[in-house]
Amino acid sequence: MKKLMLGNEAIARGVYEAGATVATAYPGTPSTEITEYIARYDEIYSEWSPNEKVALEVAIGASVGGARSTCAMKHVGLNVAADPLFTAAYTGVNGGLVIFVADDPGMHSSQNEQDTRIIARAAKVPVLEPSDSQECRDFTREAFRISEEFDTPVIVRLTTRVAHSQGLVELGERENVPLKPYAKDPGKYVMMPAMARKRHVVVEERLARLAEFSDTTTLNRIEWGDRKIGVITSGIAYQYAKEAFGNASFLKLGMVYPLPEKLIREFAANVETIYVIEELEPFIENNCLRMGIEVKGKALLPLIGEYSASLIRERVLGQKQEKLNSINEEIPVRPPVMCAGCPHRGIFYLLKKLKLNVTGDIGCYTLGALSPLESLDTCVCMGASIGMAHGMEKAMGKDTARKTVAVIGDSTFIHSGITGLIDIVYNKGTSTVIILDNSTTGMTGHQDNPATGFTIKGEPTRQVDLVKLCQAVGVDRVRVCDPFDLAETERIIKEEIAADEPSVVISQRPCALLKNVKFNGVLKINTEKCTKCRMCMRLGCPAIVDRGTHVEVDPALCTGCDLCTKVCRFNAFERLGGENA
Amino acid sequence: MRSTSIMIVGVGGQGTLLTSRILGNVGISTGADVKVSEVHGMSQRGGSVVTYVKMGEKVNSPIIEKGEADILLCFEELEALRWIDYAKKDASIIINTQRIDPMPVITGKAKYPENIIEKIKAEYQNVAAVPALELAKAAGSIKAVNVVMIGVLAKRTEIPEDTWIDVIRKTVKPQFVDINIEAFRKGYAL
Repeated sequence: MKKLMLGNEAIARGVYEAGATVATAYPGTPSTEITEYIARYDEIYSEWSPNEKVALEVAIGASVGGARSTCAMKHVGLNVAADPLFTAAYTGVNGGLVIFVADDPGMHSSQNEQDTRIIARAAKVPVLEPSDSQECRDFTREAFRISEEFDTPVIVRLTTRVAHSQGLVELGERENVPLKPYAKDPGKYVMMPAMARKRHVVVEERLARLAEFSDTTTLNRIEWGDRKIGVITSGIAYQYAKEAFGNASFLKLGMVYPLPEKLIREFAANVETIYVIEELEPFIENNCLRMGIEVKGKALLPLIGEYSASLIRERVLGQKQEKLNSINEEIPVRPPVMCAGCPHRGIFYLLKKLKLNVTGDIGCYTLGALSPLESLDTCVCMGASIGMAHGMEKAMGKDTARKTVAVIGDSTFIHSGITGLIDIVYNKGTSTVIILDNSTTGMTGHQDNPATGFTIKGEPTRQVDLVKLCQAVGVDRVRVCDPFDLAETERIIKEEIAADEPSVVISQRPCALLKNVKFNGVLKINTEKCTKCRMCMRLGCPAIVDRGTHVEVDPALCTGCDLCTKVCRFNAFERLGGENA
Repeated sequence: MRSTSIMIVGVGGQGTLLTSRILGNVGISTGADVKVSEVHGMSQRGGSVVTYVKMGEKVNSPIIEKGEADILLCFEELEALRWIDYAKKDASIIINTQRIDPMPVITGKAKYPENIIEKIKAEYQNVAAVPALELAKAAGSIKAVNVVMIGVLAKRTEIPEDTWIDVIRKTVKPQFVDINIEAFRKGYAL
């Protein structure tokens, strides 16, 4: 029977059918649902790990222990996990090890647009690339087989449009894969120089065998059509190319590293003009050029952003879609915003009011950079806020530190903020770190983490105590505040930035979207009391709307969080009651 | 079956994901190949959200491009205007007459365009303006706006009413089935 499945859900199904028993991940759009769906299978142990490096190490351990195991992450997560990846390529596997990495061309939810194929090639790890949900399921099963046959980790590379598109999937049964025997084998698993030198030889030999396999596997296939145009493509780009080129000939690559050189030569010899259609880097194209095969790719199509059938039609075939109407209206943009009731709003309102330098981090709170809160100065990668605040202090001096704070979410702090904080303590910094503890991993859709006290299955577990943790690494000044108590929070922030030693402020209030968060009914503005001073507009709350003549509350959006009542000096906000009551 | 491209546009949090799931399942029940594409993550936080549902004998690209949509289902007026170029000239355009101001309008940096429905009607023949929020309220929950919209859309397809109701029954949570079917009927009756 066929089922409509998200690409990520089909990956989870493939993992289940392949008989895997251990799955790890740190959430990251567009990869998150892979592990959320895996967690629904009781036959598979699954976990949210503190970060991608730990996640991959756990999966490698499970593989060495004999289990089919997996690890999932977004593209930038692979940077964090690169250290274990590069050496796991040397050790190889015991039970099959498959790593799912989701790239984000167009950066729907990411800070950069890197191409996982290049990291995989540097790590000397084979890469499969599905182009729809059915292939997500099929390639996953095949990836486990390849991993065990060739004794290597395998990467399955997704992009946003494959991960987050639903398509029909033919399901299969779960294979019963017993745990492989575990035997000590230091020559294979202890990578110190003498052993690693021998293993590197094995890696190169393996890559040569994988290249031969790439020429014969059904993952790569030729679809002959009109031979005037030949298209070499993979992943979601294949789907766009099919629509744009129609009846041309296609070399559809499912295994993109190592590439099937014989097959590429055979294809090239039988078509007139060859186009390589691939999003992001010219990975296939450069390989073809290196082989001496003349192809057209990035000369016509961009290195940046997502492709589409119409983009290919326009750039390659010169067919432009005409506009079908004469509407030429100026359309205001609709950027994402912090939700009504968001606990981060109080903190960013204050940081702007105090005119502080703010090093930021990855999460919903990155939205604090946007108007009207506009208080976040930097965002680089997970955990960077803390190291960067310290770096600014060391470069610009203590006066700067007294005007600077780092902001980081609870999950991001656990991911890679702790080491930055240790650096501040160890190297005599005086920076102030604000941990925005909203009791969840918000941006990726509410995953639990070590600070929430629940596992991926929702089971209670030991909760990391952020106060004790910060104290344990040597921060003597750890303060806790409620970001909706603006007066108290402002007082605490002022005291801590003035202090001549490291300090941590833990801003505690759960995400307004969590089910257990309830307020006492929506607010409205009493127009007789309102002086239209528009102080409340500085909060950037989507529920408070400037109508030009007056300001009003949108009752459909208001959560009743009350933050506006604390900035209004005229007590114009009144409680209305209503659906949220 | 005839291939159909449906684009659902709205504001993050309006329930467009459930809409696409129901439309996808209806497509499958007619025996079609179906692809549904959506974007999760940062764009959901009150941003402009677009979801594509494509059905037909064989669907390749999961996304719909300018001039390709047979049906443009708009949960909010400004979003209808933003994505109007994606509609075919004879597309069925269904617009919920609801206005949600984006942050640049809220802060006074930009103006919300006037008379959006009239402007679209002047260019396209097949435009329906629907007070879905009021109809959803009447059905029992303002959260059922999406199912009211599905009802309006369903009336414009050849797929029988029972198929839609059957899919809604199977897709939404059991405790919300009655409200959602009521909301669907209110849309279908328009």
